[in-house]
Amino acid sequence: MSRLELKSVSKAFGTTLPADRLSLAVEPGEIVAVFGPSGSGKTVLLRMIAGMFEPDEGEILIGGRSMVGAPPERRGIGMAFQNFALFPHMSARQNIASGLRGKAAEVAARVQAISRLLKIEHVLGHMPRELSNGQKQRTALARALIGSPDVLLLDDPLRNVDAKLRYEMRLELPNLLRRGSSSVLYVTQDYREAMAIADRIAVLIDGHLEQVAPPEDIYARPASVAVARLFGDPSINLVEVTPLAEHGALSAAISGARVHLGPAGAEPPTAACWLGVRPEDLMISLSAADDAVPARILAVTPIHEKAVLLLRLADGTEWLAALPPDAPYTASDASVFVRFTPEAALLFDRASGRRIELSHRRQAA
Amino acid sequence: MEHSSLAGRIFRGIALALVLVFFMFPIVWIFLMSFQTNEQILRIPPRLVFEPTLGNYAALISGQLRTTAGNLEISFVHNLWNSFALSSAAVVLALLLGVPAAYAFARFKFKLGETIAFTLLSFRFAPPLLVLLPLSLYYQDIGLNDTYFGIVWVYQLIALPLILWIVRGYFEDISPDIEHAYRLAGHSWREAFTRIAVPLAGPGIAAAGLLSFIFCWNNFVFALILASADKQPVTVGALAFVTASGIQYGQIAAAIVLSVTPTLLLALYAQRYLVEGLSLGAVKG
Repeated sequence: MSRLELKSVSKAFGTTLPADRLSLAVEPGEIVAVFGPSGSGKTVLLRMIAGMFEPDEGEILIGGRSMVGAPPERRGIGMAFQNFALFPHMSARQNIASGLRGKAAEVAARVQAISRLLKIEHVLGHMPRELSNGQKQRTALARALIGSPDVLLLDDPLRNVDAKLRYEMRLELPNLLRRGSSSVLYVTQDYREAMAIADRIAVLIDGHLEQVAPPEDIYARPASVAVARLFGDPSINLVEVTPLAEHGALSAAISGARVHLGPAGAEPPTAACWLGVRPEDLMISLSAADDAVPARILAVTPIHEKAVLLLRLADGTEWLAALPPDAPYTASDASVFVRFTPEAALLFDRASGRRIELSHRRQAA
Repeated sequence: MEHSSLAGRIFRGIALALVLVFFMFPIVWIFLMSFQTNEQILRIPPRLVFEPTLGNYAALISGQLRTTAGNLEISFVHNLWNSFALSSAAVVLALLLGVPAAYAFARFKFKLGETIAFTLLSFRFAPPLLVLLPLSLYYQDIGLNDTYFGIVWVYQLIALPLILWIVRGYFEDISPDIEHAYRLAGHSWREAFTRIAVPLAGPGIAAAGLLSFIFCWNNFVFALILASADKQPVTVGALAFVTASGIQYGQIAAAIVLSVTPTLLLALYAQRYLVEGLSLGAVKG
């Protein structure tokens, strides 16, 4: 039952700053996904916690005790590596048991139990090179889980397994990881994986924690343009606007059309902004309306459960819309009108990239 | 290669045979010589058919060298033993020093690290004689001249750089994550070194050890200058066959056969490791 806490942890390699004053706490039993594009410092963060190198500044606390300077073996950490890092000269059984001490019978029983859970009982006698990628990954997970560590670090464990297995593991993992009371830090580059597995997501961009929040919050209320861009497939539509507050209502001009953004509130934002709308929030119709933006369909891509439309607005801006596959208006080159509700609009300050809280949303939240 | 024509295959066969003859002929010829008397060897033209004699081997083992000028005492068996002891001790010492050093060079970046590693390698560039004269003076001063330890120490010039560089390549090929994983499982770095790094670099360590054993065994000048008769290995001991009454070709041949056999057997036994070790150390995956 140990909380993992990072206090203003920084690390520099030459001129790059893979960790810039990172502060984060993971409660026992909680799963926090560290999500970010490649090169954002996710792996560096995990390695500092694991003790492979020390932070330049800041504190890493596990169960309230500072871990800075402590050797990796004394930190009470289990870790699963992206490249599995199995010991090639030991069988799967020896790999899993490598961290256990005590009576042989006891060790054997625990290895048996964890491998039943991970469905690798039948390959325990195999050497790592005889295992499939999926089995290797499960062996590595078993090795990380078996000691019931205070802190469990998972470095993109589903990266090197095939799509089907990744999907299965996404369903299984939350239960597996919550079995103990470990504080779990789960690094991934796949926003869906982060949303499926984690209680909270920590979005790491260029060594900065941009936002730490539950998955649904991150999606609905991203802290910045950068976060909004990373979540969602197809990705969010962004357009430069300068909002206008008139008669207590906020609106913006998009491609010549005036779009309502809800009531203006006490201090309406009037500086240059990014307006973001998720593709699935766009509504397509054939009839013109006051607040509808005229557009032309350039291409239609059916993707399984939805159809993605590439639209061109009158001013040349290209937007994506995601519709149910049976929706009409999916013919290429048709002229259509695009609308969205004020609730779907996200407004970001263009200078800082931070999201501006709109008054109606504030009430909703 | 499977689609080569008949002519191509025949040509390859001939080429292979030529290369084989070129390399194997001296060994075969010396093997034959070792069963002949000096007179039989010096016949012109030489004959492939002769009455074999074990006299050369008997002389070597009994230590009595009969020449036309009389009987000579030789200590070939003792020299053989010296070769074995000196080379083994040198390789064991070089492994004890070189494997941890190779690990340090592979895993840790430290000031002057590359410079030190290269300096160690550069010992192999210098002509041994250049080093030997000053070294023999130092050795006389500190009392290491004509001691087993002194020779084992100077053999480090041969064995240590070789082991260091081959084994270092092996350690570099092991993913550091594997060692991290072992440490996170609750083991100290010393355990990670002995139970993960060393076993995984095993073939490389074996190859490097074997190669340096062969190089030490074949060394001539170091022991020639730094040791007297009773500490000398076979390579130097073979000089005794050049006597006042002529060169004892038969005994030399027998001595060569006896001194080459151990390294040859060792190399044949460990051929797989050797090739693997040499190529893996050079080309990183």
